[in-house]
Amino acid sequence: MIEIRDLHKSFADKKVLRGVNLIIEPGQTTTIIGGSGSGKSVLFKHVIGLMKPDSGSIFVEGEDITKMSESELYRMVDKFGMVFQSGALFDSLSVGANVAFGIKNRKDMDAAAIDLIIERSLNQVGLSDIAQLLPAELSGGMKKRVAIARVIAKEPAIIMFDEPTTGLDPIMADMINELIIKVSADPAITSIVITHDMISAYKISDKIAVLFEGEIIETGSPEEIRNTKNAVVRQFIEGKAEGPIKIR
Amino acid sequence: MRADKIKQPLSSFARKSGEIFILTAKAIALIFKRPFNFRLIESHLYLDGIKSIPVIFLMAVFTGGVLALQSYYGLQRFGAEVFTGSLVGVSLTKELIPVLTGLMLAGRVSASYSAEIGTMVVTEQVDALFTFGVNPVKYLVSPRLIALVIMTPLLTLFGDFVAIMGGRLVAALVVHQNPNLFDSQLFVSLEIWDVLSGLIKSVFFGLTIAVIGSYFGLKTEGGAKGVGRATTTAVVVSSVIILVSDFFWTKILPFSLR
Repeated sequence: MIEIRDLHKSFADKKVLRGVNLIIEPGQTTTIIGGSGSGKSVLFKHVIGLMKPDSGSIFVEGEDITKMSESELYRMVDKFGMVFQSGALFDSLSVGANVAFGIKNRKDMDAAAIDLIIERSLNQVGLSDIAQLLPAELSGGMKKRVAIARVIAKEPAIIMFDEPTTGLDPIMADMINELIIKVSADPAITSIVITHDMISAYKISDKIAVLFEGEIIETGSPEEIRNTKNAVVRQFIEGKAEGPIKIR
Repeated sequence: MRADKIKQPLSSFARKSGEIFILTAKAIALIFKRPFNFRLIESHLYLDGIKSIPVIFLMAVFTGGVLALQSYYGLQRFGAEVFTGSLVGVSLTKELIPVLTGLMLAGRVSASYSAEIGTMVVTEQVDALFTFGVNPVKYLVSPRLIALVIMTPLLTLFGDFVAIMGGRLVAALVVHQNPNLFDSQLFVSLEIWDVLSGLIKSVFFGLTIAVIGSYFGLKTEGGAKGVGRATTTAVVVSSVIILVSDFFWTKILPFSLR
């Protein structure tokens, strides 16, 4: 379980997180939705230890990662896998080397076992015969799928997806949604997704949390969020320009 | 208001100096921590060292040539042109080639480090390294530091040799000085410490280029514009540090003012 307690973060005078409280249940897919600039990415970076909060705590399986030393964080991050919005594939390495990146230093694996994992992971995301290509030779959708394969190969307990469908055509976006559902079907895997794509959020989530102006203002199942009475949440999920959310 | 205008750049300078010092210490400490990535070091030795040979060759051969030419005519005013070989040899190995090699590498390598690492930062590849339990300083900075600390003195030594040969060639072909005279004066004056003082400085220059290029790369913000800004800053800062520190190295090294 991941528990975020009263998390605050500011950059200069700008308060980005204003006391986030959220519980992410193990084995479930929790999606955090919110508009651009609502603090979703900043919250994500805190959960994986890439940022330190000004105050508040994040407990991952009972351990507060905000109090961890650098070496403890590197141990903790082994439990995580993150699919970045841009894919963040290492552009100097081939697709195969990218997929193998998280496992290449494992002493219990020889080259043949690593090759097998590369092939299996790429097959799982519907790709084959591309291990020798460089990321620059891939389309946007392929990059996202390779990024997912790279995380699958590592076999983490917690997978984080940062805007997984942003910038993709509707068919490719649905393919990514199906992949997330497939990967998250394993009860040992906890998935956390941030998105502003409501089609994706309804389809893949067990629980949706709405982040607005640095606070979680509502949580619930996709059905509960769909039927919410909260005017801010309604405006966001219905995608209306008019309403309590002021566009700056 | 006026105090703030002075205080702000000073505190920024102090903070950045501290961060650069910490990055250097971390990069050196992480060299000795497993896993050792020899493939990365090998790749930087080739890309940043071996591939710099043509540019160092050109710089050295023309620097040696022009120094021989200027020295010959300058010394001729006092009837001392016989000492051209001495002047060329000592000034090239002690000062000119170490500093110019440093500046050439600052332009070529420091720029490429900051651009490459900066692009990795803005495309979240550095964050991705962390999520795979890989320390970005160990993966990105330490191999570059090792490669340049090895290659800068080697390139300086190569530059010394090429520059002296360039000077000798110009002395013989342009001002028609007897090459034997050039050689005899060179070997009478040039001491092993002259070459060594240049090489010791070049080790520090290599470290400076690697750390400064990596530091400004890691600090990149704001997309393509940020990468451009980081690259320019890395070249300017590493060049300035090379020029300023050269003076202090000359004062500090016990045999460099003999």
